[in-house]
Amino acid sequence: MMEKSRRSFLKVAGIAAIGLGASPALNFAASDSHGLAALKGKKEEALKAHRWGMAINTGEISPEINTQIIEACHSAHNIPDFNHEPDEEKYPDTRPVNHKQEIKWIWEEKYNYAFPDKEDEFLAEKFHHLPFLVTCNHCKNAPCVQACPTQATFKRKDGIVIMDYHRCIGCRFCMAACPYGSRSFNFRDPRPFIAETDSAFPTRSKGVVEKCNLCAERLAKGEAPHCVEASEGTIIFGDLEDPDSDIRILLRENFAIRRNEALGTEPSVYYIV
Amino acid sequence: MNKNVIVIGLIVFVLLVLSPFWFNMITTTEAAPEPELLGRAKKAEQCVLEKYDMRANHMSLLDEWRDSVVRDTNRLYTAANGHVFEMSLSTGEQSCLGCHEDESKFCDSCHTYASTSPYCWECHTNPKEIK
Repeated sequence: MMEKSRRSFLKVAGIAAIGLGASPALNFAASDSHGLAALKGKKEEALKAHRWGMAINTGEISPEINTQIIEACHSAHNIPDFNHEPDEEKYPDTRPVNHKQEIKWIWEEKYNYAFPDKEDEFLAEKFHHLPFLVTCNHCKNAPCVQACPTQATFKRKDGIVIMDYHRCIGCRFCMAACPYGSRSFNFRDPRPFIAETDSAFPTRSKGVVEKCNLCAERLAKGEAPHCVEASEGTIIFGDLEDPDSDIRILLRENFAIRRNEALGTEPSVYYIV
Repeated sequence: MNKNVIVIGLIVFVLLVLSPFWFNMITTTEAAPEPELLGRAKKAEQCVLEKYDMRANHMSLLDEWRDSVVRDTNRLYTAANGHVFEMSLSTGEQSCLGCHEDESKFCDSCHTYASTSPYCWECHTNPKEIK
């Protein structure tokens, strides 16, 4: 029998352990080197900006245009309408609707709710009746982004505050953080309440928060957001960081207000009054 | 005397330990279903990745695609084989379902077999199913 000291045994065992560890590492390195030459890129026609913004011309916009805009946005993004009667066959036993749980991306608001900080005893009469179109402000200092514990809500390089619904855990911190009420929570499966599902955009599922995404899916194709397209020229959108953009020229020449500016969130949606 | 008891005990032990194998020998198991290629997918020579790579890694690829689309705004994927794909599950001709028409035969057959239930379709929609 061969004599083995503890020392020599440990040496051999150590070398063997290195060998075992080395082979997967070498395999990994080898598989990387023959490499994937896969590339990711944008479409040529994609719209680019440093910070997207919108200006709503409240003098020209009308309730009819508002309805048109809301309809265009909500149908394209598969937003459920809880007034829609669910299909009994497809969705049997749908429990009754709680209208407080409505979901909205863009909607009409009265002046005193949209601009509570600008309330005035002697406010010009017309502002009491104007319905203001409100949506996510895509704030420069978005509080929802800071509140989100999973980075499901984040700020894109082009200024859009957007959500990755896959990552949303439904904690609703963002809803508490947003001073504009721009976010809605899916308390229930939205599908029974979508009259016509648009296959170009996913629906959401129960348990996630959702909000306006400034039509990121359309910007990627070189198209303007739905609201801008349906607005008949009353909503102008463009790059706020570019001094020569349409929106900047408009803001230079007109007086515009933003919602709750005192909070320092720096909204990117302007209201020309 | 003791020796016999130990040997019998060992045999019984081995039989019991290997019982899953005996069980499989006497029962028949279903073969793993092959994903069925239909329509455009059948005509196309190659998918995004090699067949075996795709089989093993499609979930990480989809994960990577999602981050790319949502976070980096990159929506086009030029595969190693030169084909350009839309990084999307179901929108457009160049998306996954654009080629693999029948989700139940392409995705679900294997997922059911492997007893995994990814929740892609809770949100994503199959354009062919919306009527």
